[in-house]
Amino acid sequence: MIAIVKYSAGNIKSVQNALIRLGYKSIITDDPSELISSEKVIFPGVGEASSAMLYLRERGLDRIILSLKQPVLGICLGLQLMCRFSEEGETKCLGVFDTDVRLFPPVDKIPHMGWNNCLTMKGDLFKGLTINNDLYYVHSYYAEISTCTVATCDYILPFSAAMQQGNFYATQFHPEKSAETGEKILKNFLEL
Amino acid sequence: MLKRRIIPCLDIKDGRTVKGVNFINLIDAGDPVELAKVYVKQGADELVFLDITATIENRKALAVLVERIAAEINIPFTVGGGIDTVNDVSILIKAGADKVTVNSSAVRRPELISEIAGQFGSQCIVAAIDTKIIDNEWIVVVDGGRTPTELRTVNWALNVEELGAGEILLTSMNNDGTKSGFSLDITAQVSRSVNIPVIASGGAGSMEHFSQVFFNTECSAALAASIFHFGEMDIRELKKYLKHQGIAIR
Repeated sequence: MIAIVKYSAGNIKSVQNALIRLGYKSIITDDPSELISSEKVIFPGVGEASSAMLYLRERGLDRIILSLKQPVLGICLGLQLMCRFSEEGETKCLGVFDTDVRLFPPVDKIPHMGWNNCLTMKGDLFKGLTINNDLYYVHSYYAEISTCTVATCDYILPFSAAMQQGNFYATQFHPEKSAETGEKILKNFLEL
Repeated sequence: MLKRRIIPCLDIKDGRTVKGVNFINLIDAGDPVELAKVYVKQGADELVFLDITATIENRKALAVLVERIAAEINIPFTVGGGIDTVNDVSILIKAGADKVTVNSSAVRRPELISEIAGQFGSQCIVAAIDTKIIDNEWIVVVDGGRTPTELRTVNWALNVEELGAGEILLTSMNNDGTKSGFSLDITAQVSRSVNIPVIASGGAGSMEHFSQVFFNTECSAALAASIFHFGEMDIRELKKYLKHQGIAIR
């Protein structure tokens, strides 16, 4: 069973729909025991960082997520919440990835919205893909490039498109909305 | 590099696509989900579904349709038509819509945009602006273009950005349905003035029209309906053409 972390962020169902299309069963839950016992955990999200972190802390989900040993995939806000700190609402985050999240400087349109390719990519999530495959993004904040970065993208400046640290994986783009390329990345994660 | 987007728009009435379609091998040509799947296969970057009836009974049919779309479509989609309240939005988002679009109701009550942005985030709210030249000036019109307002289009665009809209869908009613090309004038003015993405709409009739709007304006996407529905233009062919012109396209 795949567990999708239930929290205040929106459009969690689209991740579940993508898993159904790939033939995987999942539950949307904030129950610690269900999260701990699942084979894989997906931590999705569109929303605002400080209110999302507050929701997680109030339910003790911050500690649960950090204690997980199975593969975990953060998506979009999920990736940002797995960093140390976010400028959005001046939020202290989970700190899985040793990097910070900043607002794009206003020199081009914000949010970064639409399809973009990676400048670099490596690791398990990107098996079978090339940097020419476009992925769908919608975000105004970005994670700075760090040693955890496994894929980079360029919009206004180069930023982390994906990160990995041990069993924790995360993507800034939305694999569940990125057509076949996104499905391939989800499949790579599910087959870890 | 961020790509310019091509967005087919489907008009929905009672859960069915309104305009006729003549794709070969489509089991049910009036089923928006079947049509949407064809567009996804052709390489559409996003989809917009507009409920043109938008009565209370139809709202339920729309929510059911949105659930079906969300289950079967693996690219982002926007739903609009008759959205007046945050509750209307909540139903559509819960059903699986990625974004919603508001038009006349936001002109009447601009706070609707900030209420939606506050609850669901700016990325969720597309402000649709219909515009027309009246006495040599681009003016916002509502009720499907029938009712002129006092608002100047660029000012209203800046206003919706300030209120928290994440994107603008700009339709020139002077060009809509003419197949004579997008309005480069107002599209350039609006896309230069705001710092959020602008979708150009109204007037697409040929592949050159798409390259013109991408070359001459800072729009992030271009939307069209009938030329795609009637099979006059294949999205694959269009994207091949635009790439060949040197435009960043997926």
